[in-house]
Amino acid sequence: MLRFFLIRILRALVTILAVLTFAFVVLRMSGDPAQVMLGPDVPQESVDAFRHAWGLDQPLWIQYISYLKAIFTGDFGVSMRDKASALQLVIDRIPATLELTIPALLLKLVIGIPAGVYAALHRQSAVDRGVILAAIFGFTIPSFVMGLLLVLIFSIILGLLPSGGQDTWQHAILPILTMSIGGIGILARFSRSAMIEVMGQPYIRTASAKGMNWADVVWRHALPNAAVPIVTIVGFMVGSLIAGAVVVESIFSWPGIGRLLVVSVSNRDLAVVQCILLVIAAAMVVSNLIVDLMYGWLDPRLRSHSAH
Amino acid sequence: MTADPTRNLVELRDLKVAFDGVQVLHGIDLDVRRGEAIGLVGESGCGKSVTWLAALGLLPGKASITGSVRVDGDELLGAPRPVLERVRGKRIAMIFQDPSSSLNPVLRIGRQITEALAIHRGLAGDAAKAEALRLMDMVGIPDARRRFDLYSHEFSGGQCQRLMIAMALAGQPDLLVADEPTTALDATIQAQILDLLIELRAETGMATIFISHDLGAVSQVCERACVMYAGRIVEQGKIDALFDNPRHPYTRGLFDALPRLDGPRTRLVPIAGTVPNPRHLPEGCAFAPRCAHTGPDCLSERPQLRFNGVLGSLACHHPVGAAPVAAQPVLEPA
Amino acid sequence: MAGPILQAKDLVRTYEVRQGMFGRPSPVRAVDGISLTIMPGETLGIVGESGSGKSTLGRMLLGIDPAQAGEIAFDGQAMPKLGTPQWRALRAKMQLVYQDPLAALDRRLTISAQIAEPLAIHGLVPLEHRQTRVAELMSAVGLRPDQADRYPHELSGGQRQRAVIARALASRPKLLVCDEPVSALDVSIQAQVVNMLRDLQEENHIAMVFISHDLKVVRNIADRVAVMYLGRIVEEASSDVIFQSPLHPYTRALVSSVPVPGRPLKGRTILQGEPPNPANRPSGCAFHPRCPMATDICRTTAPPLRAISADRTAACHLVADSAEPVAA
Repeated sequence: MLRFFLIRILRALVTILAVLTFAFVVLRMSGDPAQVMLGPDVPQESVDAFRHAWGLDQPLWIQYISYLKAIFTGDFGVSMRDKASALQLVIDRIPATLELTIPALLLKLVIGIPAGVYAALHRQSAVDRGVILAAIFGFTIPSFVMGLLLVLIFSIILGLLPSGGQDTWQHAILPILTMSIGGIGILARFSRSAMIEVMGQPYIRTASAKGMNWADVVWRHALPNAAVPIVTIVGFMVGSLIAGAVVVESIFSWPGIGRLLVVSVSNRDLAVVQCILLVIAAAMVVSNLIVDLMYGWLDPRLRSHSAH
Repeated sequence: MTADPTRNLVELRDLKVAFDGVQVLHGIDLDVRRGEAIGLVGESGCGKSVTWLAALGLLPGKASITGSVRVDGDELLGAPRPVLERVRGKRIAMIFQDPSSSLNPVLRIGRQITEALAIHRGLAGDAAKAEALRLMDMVGIPDARRRFDLYSHEFSGGQCQRLMIAMALAGQPDLLVADEPTTALDATIQAQILDLLIELRAETGMATIFISHDLGAVSQVCERACVMYAGRIVEQGKIDALFDNPRHPYTRGLFDALPRLDGPRTRLVPIAGTVPNPRHLPEGCAFAPRCAHTGPDCLSERPQLRFNGVLGSLACHHPVGAAPVAAQPVLEPA
Repeated sequence: MAGPILQAKDLVRTYEVRQGMFGRPSPVRAVDGISLTIMPGETLGIVGESGSGKSTLGRMLLGIDPAQAGEIAFDGQAMPKLGTPQWRALRAKMQLVYQDPLAALDRRLTISAQIAEPLAIHGLVPLEHRQTRVAELMSAVGLRPDQADRYPHELSGGQRQRAVIARALASRPKLLVCDEPVSALDVSIQAQVVNMLRDLQEENHIAMVFISHDLKVVRNIADRVAVMYLGRIVEEASSDVIFQSPLHPYTRALVSSVPVPGRPLKGRTILQGEPPNPANRPSGCAFHPRCPMATDICRTTAPPLRAISADRTAACHLVADSAEPVAA
């Protein structure tokens, strides 16, 4: 058991390191922060001074080593723009992002899973067709199209809801809908196929054959088995709670972590971008770890130590 | 509730099943008396399992079922769900071919048995557990107390079938339908399970339907057997008569095709051809295209299943073997 | 008389098996020191329950599953390593037929294309004669010419298995390893395929290893039978003798467990206990926990497979050197 965890945690650390390295290299190859920060018309001395101050005049691998050293001591660097702690900047923005993504996740769970289960039990019904259609929308319509579509309908045509900003709770409605509609379809589709698969298993026939009523067969015998594939998708959704907001926050001018990322990338604000990517990667890795633990909890076949 | 002991426990009348318009069961008539053991024999697709899944309403929704299924006189076909649920497991219990996948993999074994006790006998808590342990003991699960909280994957295939039987016994059913219960098991374990089924029937007096393609297994468990072909019963009779002197050419063919473990090693005698596609059944007797005794009437007119008193029944225009003679007037009720 | 077509000596195959998600992998001996000889044109039956290692042994005999110890010689030559050009060339001479024909066939190819495949792979028949050879093979296994352009899913189980056998015969093999080839078939079809295999084997003088859990089928088709228990052969004799007067207590229990139509269950010896788990091999004779006659020596010392009489071997402490069965 301990061995299992050590391996998983080690693997998680390697994943995070890979993400950091990739971001580090790509960011430095793709543009010069000095040029971006200072503008096109500054004298060369200012540019050199800026580069020296931020260590950008050193070879890449030395920058990389000192970056890693700093990270291991808990120092995530300073924003080139605000001169504030990058970590603090990122942490300040997290609540705003979660204000959108957590309600969106709950909507996906509360609507998506029951809709999928219902569709599986009533195949060819109106709900079933709706689920299949919604899933196709979810897979094919990108969130920026969905967002603009909702703005067009609810803000411009109907004039019911604001199209951007973070002033009242009404401002959150459209971004949350944008984020959840596709996910509801996807989750419903996965729940549906998981449930159809389970309902065809011999043990469901056994449960019916022993005289159990239909609702108990579904709730007590089928759902716990369908949970494993559903948890996989939900785990992925939880992992992308932070990353999933990038596009939507930009559309709706929501001051969350996603918008910070877009701004920082265009400014080549290296420390902030790296810090955000670290947070995103960590969220992914942690949710994966939780999903793995859930598997063992949900399916005794995966946790047993020995067969008899 | 005291049922009339002379009345049939279960009566199937003209039971028909079709999937998506394809008829797979063409009218089954079968009486099951209290305590008797009947074998249902035939090759895959002959309808032997479908008959009982249909009777208990366990087929998927796309199956259309007609005819009549009566348990102690009460009609099951078309009955509302709660009526069916009171019969399943309580009057008629069923066990299946693949015991390992017939048990729920994520629920503890003990819970799966006590569940049945709660439904049919209102037992809960310690009483349910004690009874479940007694049942596990009865079907030969060693060390039941310690293994009560284990999961199905922690038992072997043979033990899973024993647990399925324990679960079936929980409702104290009048009839146990065993659908190929030993097919997936090793030979030595198969013998154990057959032995257990025989023993339990002797102890509890419940009737048994034993569905199998294995003529040997059927003859050990049952008193009489029905041979099915292409969705119909083609011959029915007491085991001894049926096995000593099969009258239907198909029954005869099944025996001849079996390799033997004793006697000289001779060439096998297969039945020519294959089972007909249920979409394109021949017009007359469904077996006629494979039969060595086919006459012109077999191709034009389907032989009816004719009842012949205690001697059984037969659906064939040109039976093989010697016609049995009822030397003595039969005294026992048929 | 020619030498053996296949000779295997002290074959061992160990798997690493992980138990559960957190378990440590532990070695499991699936095949544990097996030696056997197959003469040209002969059929050796291998019987045993699940976990006996009979399927692993079948694949090892063809070199598909490499042995960790021991040697295999095919037609007097040492078996080349898996995947080498020499091994691939040899594969034309030894073919495998297993239980599920649908899995063995490519569902996107017609039956005739699949039967022609080995002819092309091994460059055996020039292109212009290939169709003739395919037609010959199809008729040999009892498939109609109009079935040549069918796809696997359009055939019945028996017909599919015939197609698999036709493909196996295409390269004129000297050895056919059949792993439960008729177990999934109905009785009436099973008899057709068994008869066909016997005929083809006689006509083409093919040696065969016939692996099955079905004693009755094995007795019908095999000249000699080896009984396996937990990766070892516990008894080997001609099929006429072994089922009529089994020596090893396990063989006797197997024979006794076969239900015979019309014979009641009472009076037969029913073996108690569970089929063995290769991950948890008992000490001494692996069969002793289920053996009704086990004594102290059985619990401590594994009995070697030894000659009991001419052409007959058994691995049991209690079998006397004459061919008398152990007294019950």
